[in-house]
Amino acid sequence: MFDIDAVRADFPILSREVNGKPLVYLDNGASAQKPQVVIDAITQAYSQEYSNVHRGLHYLSNLATDKYESVRGTIAKFLHIADEDQIILNSGTTEGINMVAYSWAMPRMQAGDEIVLSIMEHHANIVPWHFLRERQGVVIKWVDCDANGDLDPQAVIDAIGPKTKLVAVTHVSNVLGTVVDVKAITEGAHAKGVPVLVDGSQAAVHMPVDVDDIGCDFYAITGHKLYGPSGSGAIFVRKERLAEMRPFMGGGDMIREVTRDEVTWNDPPMKFEAGTPGIVQTIGLGVALDYMMGLGMENIAAHERTLRDYARDRLNGLNWVNVQGQSATKAAIFSLTLTGGAHAHDISTVLDKKGVAVRAGTHCAMPLMEHMGVGATCRASFGVYNTKAEVDVLIDALELCHELFG
Amino acid sequence: MATEAFEEIAETFDFLDDWEDRYRHLIDMGKAMPPLDDAFKVPATKVNGCASQVWLVPHRDDGLFRFEGDSDAMIVRGLIAVLAALYNDLPVDEVAKVDARAELGRLGLNEHLSAQRSNGVRAMVERIGQFAAE
Repeated sequence: MFDIDAVRADFPILSREVNGKPLVYLDNGASAQKPQVVIDAITQAYSQEYSNVHRGLHYLSNLATDKYESVRGTIAKFLHIADEDQIILNSGTTEGINMVAYSWAMPRMQAGDEIVLSIMEHHANIVPWHFLRERQGVVIKWVDCDANGDLDPQAVIDAIGPKTKLVAVTHVSNVLGTVVDVKAITEGAHAKGVPVLVDGSQAAVHMPVDVDDIGCDFYAITGHKLYGPSGSGAIFVRKERLAEMRPFMGGGDMIREVTRDEVTWNDPPMKFEAGTPGIVQTIGLGVALDYMMGLGMENIAAHERTLRDYARDRLNGLNWVNVQGQSATKAAIFSLTLTGGAHAHDISTVLDKKGVAVRAGTHCAMPLMEHMGVGATCRASFGVYNTKAEVDVLIDALELCHELFG
Repeated sequence: MATEAFEEIAETFDFLDDWEDRYRHLIDMGKAMPPLDDAFKVPATKVNGCASQVWLVPHRDDGLFRFEGDSDAMIVRGLIAVLAALYNDLPVDEVAKVDARAELGRLGLNEHLSAQRSNGVRAMVERIGQFAAE
């Protein structure tokens, strides 16, 4: 049973006002708000249970280490991963993908080797590959989505050639909301002997994710979108790929022994976790994932489908609103423009005056925006605590924009 | 006292007591402002904002400061019109003395000078200050 009022009561920030209006927070795609249990866990960790991890034999160090390390198991459960040693804790998806680029891809790619990307990627899943293009002549092959925002898995598989070393795709588009069939892509890519990286930043928030079922080689998540603290996250790396990876950053924790002339590495996943990590952030992430699993990912997905259908109907009923991305199974993410003089910046400014928080701009996805033929858009992205009444507030505010800007 | 042109705007804003009317007026100012010739919309005149594109062309005429500007966002165009009233035709050495934050505050528009890079107003004010100091 999903009780939306109870869920809303779990998030203290939702009761505040913005510009004299009740906050309507529709910028969840950028970052989600935090439930009280996460806030309390952070306070508890710093006030009662804090120490560095993996480094001391004293009581607090053991306690903090236990709390921190237990999150690996929580993430494994959340993503349906059998072996938690395949989970590397980090600061989020950007770090995760940069690590794969540096540790796995860079040493095994020659000039002319290819990486296949979809046009829907977030810059975090583009720029690390541009580094490889710039520095060692790697070729990026782009696969377009159609006008609805759907991505044909076969088109991605067909783009894989003899020189392709990796396919890197998002699970859910942060702009269009499209859900990508990453399982079909992985099956097709593996049949050609090519590993697959999936950017799960948006997907893991909105629906149950089963990484073992998808079968991909890398799956990256980011904590601050999962109702957890900023600066937390993780990446799943399949054992075979872990064995192929060189360390990313050097420092404490990731080494077994250091001498004047030599270093030996700790075992994975520690080998890829240099320095003092985001201890409390990670503990907070574990609590956030427990909170989501407590609500039930199926329930969250069902609630957001209801919101999506309602928002889609209301937005499509306005002939002066253009929604980018009409995929039937999309997540509740609506990037929109208005016909007439209103720029995304104008819309978001007026919406803000009405207490409605949305993102305006190019959403760290400039190649996609160019492909869709739009400059900036306004993005309303829904989360677990949003309501149909908030969709109505959004629509009313958009109607004011239409009146003001024509 | 700011320029006569700005004082006129401030007087109008004084009559408008809710944000909706103030923004309506600001948007009308944006709509009324002549667009910048496309020939001037080049990288050198572009002000780095995030959400909208902004261009600013400053120049000196007989020791007086003037600029023209444009944006693809209507509210930003309105803000450019306000800044034009605030700065244009001032002696160049007086440009640096303008307290843009305080003046926009009189219109209830100082939120646009926040640390957010995304609206470009702050960057415009900085660009104007740099030009006048050259």
